[in-house]
Amino acid sequence: MTAIRLEALGLTHPGGRVALAHLDLTIAAGERVAVIGPSGAGKTTLLRVLGASLRPSHGAVRVLDVDPWALSGPLLQGLRARIGKMHQSPPIPPRQRVITAVLAGRLGQWSVWRALRSLIYPLDVPGARAVLDRLGLGERLFDRCDQLSGGQLQRVALARVLYQQPALMLADEPVSALDPALARAVTVALNDDARRRGATLVASLHAVELARSEFSRVIGLRDGRIVFDCPAAQLGDADIAALYAGAAATPAMPEASPVRPRLTRCA
Amino acid sequence: MNGAQRDPAARGRATAAVLALCVLWPLLQVAQFDPAALFAPANLATIGGFLATFVPPETGVEFLGLLAAATLDTLAIATAGIALAMAIGIPLALLATRSLSISQLGGRSRPAGHVIRGAARVLTLVLRGVPELVWALLFVRIFGLGPAAGVAALGITYGGMLAKVYAEILESTDPAPARALLAAGSGRLAALGYGLLPVAGDELVSYTVYRWECALRASVVMGFVGAGGLGQLMDQSMKMLNGGEASTILITFLLLVMAADAASAWLRRQVA
Repeated sequence: MTAIRLEALGLTHPGGRVALAHLDLTIAAGERVAVIGPSGAGKTTLLRVLGASLRPSHGAVRVLDVDPWALSGPLLQGLRARIGKMHQSPPIPPRQRVITAVLAGRLGQWSVWRALRSLIYPLDVPGARAVLDRLGLGERLFDRCDQLSGGQLQRVALARVLYQQPALMLADEPVSALDPALARAVTVALNDDARRRGATLVASLHAVELARSEFSRVIGLRDGRIVFDCPAAQLGDADIAALYAGAAATPAMPEASPVRPRLTRCA
Repeated sequence: MNGAQRDPAARGRATAAVLALCVLWPLLQVAQFDPAALFAPANLATIGGFLATFVPPETGVEFLGLLAAATLDTLAIATAGIALAMAIGIPLALLATRSLSISQLGGRSRPAGHVIRGAARVLTLVLRGVPELVWALLFVRIFGLGPAAGVAALGITYGGMLAKVYAEILESTDPAPARALLAAGSGRLAALGYGLLPVAGDELVSYTVYRWECALRASVVMGFVGAGGLGQLMDQSMKMLNGGEASTILITFLLLVMAADAASAWLRRQVA
């Protein structure tokens, strides 16, 4: 079974900028793939295409053995519910409680009534607690997310994906904002979960060492093209040097989320 | 004196001032506003005579009973009106909010979505475009004199206002959490509850409480066209030139607005 198959896939942004050019790629179920490459290589775009969130402009894409863009609305929604996503900055409302943020992982599988009922009283406290315990956050179950540090918040986002138990996990620079020890712990947790459940994992990373040591396969992406694609064990230093050669030295810092002024309409 | 010494903005400011005068003066004439009329001796005597009947305020037991019933009516009109407005406003706001559009994921923007959002926006515009007083006049003909007309009129106008402002609040909220949930297969209502409301909830509650306060004042005005409550009582007293009753009603109304002010300030502090 193949988790992902791209054929001559291309994506050109409306402005005419080419983000991905003629990609051919097959990822089998259960593979754990790291995507590395300099900033602007197209890693985020690739992951959004794999996540059925962005429609390619050319070529064919199959995710979990279906073409997402041939599906009707409800079926596409069902496909998305089988794909778990992690982002560089966790998309979790600051005032939400940890348990709610974790349970939200199953919204794609729950009926709307179940989802709304869980807002009144959390439906699966033991389930959420079990996942958080694995990440050392069991005690923070009923705390609000704005009381957590950045690293803890990213682990809550990880807990949400683990709780979702998706067939395909996509992580877009999940550890770029974390310190090295935590970055390794989160990467290991993602890989362990994928191994244990036989799920497919595709993660973009800046930390080349983590890509080599934890994943089964490494893809080098630059200017929207695949530069190399090999088992992690066979990846040589020369490949890495060639991938980043001449690329502008951009620090891998997370973008600060913009501060939004609170509008008050009470005159 | 050379050009560099002069404030380059002065000319523009002078022109704006002259233009403003040229526009405002004729408008003032059209509106027939004449401050001098306020202080003409004959007018002063009339106003004075009318105000003199305001003292002492009426404190008869029978009237106070009527007053209490009317006050309760006013509170009921405002509260039931806001409840009806929420029932109308919430679905319209959800229809009009772009952050909850599933089809916008993946750049698939379906024309049907545009049409529905556009229709919801036009409908809210119509609802709040007609003043509640006009709706009240209409509903008095349907329901007869009394609070029901006030509730219906408030529900419609304020439903439109709530829909517009709810949609604005939801759209000015950070869409990332809701988008992430939609991208993970969740439905629109679930994305609203888990992605948008945790961020926007306070502001929504706060605005609704403020609108309730406005509804209280509006319900008094609508009473003058027969929609029940303190306004209707006031209308009757004024028509009978009973200044004492009018002043008691005014005092009650002032106290009511002050209490509503305090209550809504307290509620808003609780959610902030």
